[in-house]
Amino acid sequence: MKLDTSGLESAAPVWGAPSELVDGFSVAPSFEVPNTTDFDGFQKEAIQMVKPAKGTTTLAFIFKEGVMVAADSRASMGGYISSQSVKKIIEINPYMLGTMAGGAADCQFWHRNLGIKCRLHELANKRRISVTGASKLLANILYSYRGMGLSVGTMIAGWDETGPGLYYVDSEGGRLKGMRFSVGSGSPYAYGVLDNGYRYDMSVEEAAELARRAIYHATFRDGASGGVASVYYVGPNGWKKLSGDDVGELHYKYYPVMPSTVEQEMVEVAGA
Amino acid sequence: MARYDRAITVFSPDGHLFQVEYALEAVRKGNAAVGVRGTDNVVLGVEKKSAAKLQDSRSARKIVSLDDHVALACAGLKADARVLINRARIECQSHRLTVEDPVTVEYITRYIAGLQQKYTQSGGVRPFGLSTLIVGFDPYSGVPSLYQTDPSGTFSAWKAHATGRNSNSMREFLEKNYKETSGQETVKLAIRALLEVVESGGKTIEVAVMTKEHGLRQLEEAEIDAIVAEIEAEKVAAEVAKKAPAAPKET
Repeated sequence: MKLDTSGLESAAPVWGAPSELVDGFSVAPSFEVPNTTDFDGFQKEAIQMVKPAKGTTTLAFIFKEGVMVAADSRASMGGYISSQSVKKIIEINPYMLGTMAGGAADCQFWHRNLGIKCRLHELANKRRISVTGASKLLANILYSYRGMGLSVGTMIAGWDETGPGLYYVDSEGGRLKGMRFSVGSGSPYAYGVLDNGYRYDMSVEEAAELARRAIYHATFRDGASGGVASVYYVGPNGWKKLSGDDVGELHYKYYPVMPSTVEQEMVEVAGA
Repeated sequence: MARYDRAITVFSPDGHLFQVEYALEAVRKGNAAVGVRGTDNVVLGVEKKSAAKLQDSRSARKIVSLDDHVALACAGLKADARVLINRARIECQSHRLTVEDPVTVEYITRYIAGLQQKYTQSGGVRPFGLSTLIVGFDPYSGVPSLYQTDPSGTFSAWKAHATGRNSNSMREFLEKNYKETSGQETVKLAIRALLEVVESGGKTIEVAVMTKEHGLRQLEEAEIDAIVAEIEAEKVAAEVAKKAPAAPKET
């Protein structure tokens, strides 16, 4: 009789460890192979189909007071803007945030799943999970689905016992620790503004303004980014949403319309 | 009653799992083991059956480390212990890999206890015939802890505990004489508890001390002999003090 011991197993498949009583090997997740003549080509096509879809701009950076996380809110399907009000900053738990880039469903689902795992860790170990641990859990899950078409480019930002933490995790299975990240089609533009204006010892207001400006500039030049620039701050007491400004309005705030000198003026002439 | 003790998965009418209870009997026949928690260290002591002359005593260590900051001693079937220790060591590393953090003592104790419990609820297997004493330091708070698991899969934290042969006498001694100690005093307390049931000498006991800075340190035979001598001397002095009449007060 095979017992359901999934509750006692650690999240990552530990290869080679005899985790079953009777000799059973932990099976890698798999799906039915489609019926094609050229399976490898089909796989490549499937991956290409989701690859360019990271039409978004998200960014996060660590500074003296904590972590600043910002994102736009546009969802595009090719040239069609399907939504201007997507929530791209996902609240995993009161002290950890995740950003969404790539497949919206993939990001949302796996972030919620990560939230479950974090809570179970808390209950089992009577202490909060670290940002390192949470990002590792997510990275391990994404790695085990590697090659199956998940499209996730996310940043896990949070505050734990060791202070502020920021990790970049993607669906290739990569996981990077860093101080500044930007993900999405608008990221080059955001990086330009972010790298230029970044200082470690900024105040919360200065950092929020930098994040907002970087998102705005990305939405200005990148067609796949737009909508509302949301800015969140993660501090020792958890995250807090600081602002959500429409980028159109931000444009006129940064570049207000100046009265220009009139060269020629139209004058009303009495009708002939 | 005999009908209910063949298979582990059968309860007796009065709610016993006989195989688990027989496993506890196996533990009671195993060598004595004691653990004492101090304010800045934890000490494990195990009775060593006199080594055969030709045996290399280092290969028969009874106190093992599970990770840099966690160690284990057990009483019962030593072959079962090896299997359990290997699984625990793998889990310690697996935990480091998945959450990039060392295990807490409570976590690994829970894991070992969970493993022991798994084997009490499955067909075709028997329970592990051993109780373990697990000691270590919490990697964050630096607090020392001592835990105990048994064949039924239960576990709990202790200030001081003993298991194996004559564990009742050792536990009584500890209950009478336990107080918060640190450093060498904790080692002495553990050895005194062991000496209640073991013939004295460095040859018959194995002692290891776990500190936050230095991890697990096995005490040399000579060290143990020295401490035993100290304890004997203290005992003799206490006897003399009891027998001698009270000194006349100075006026």
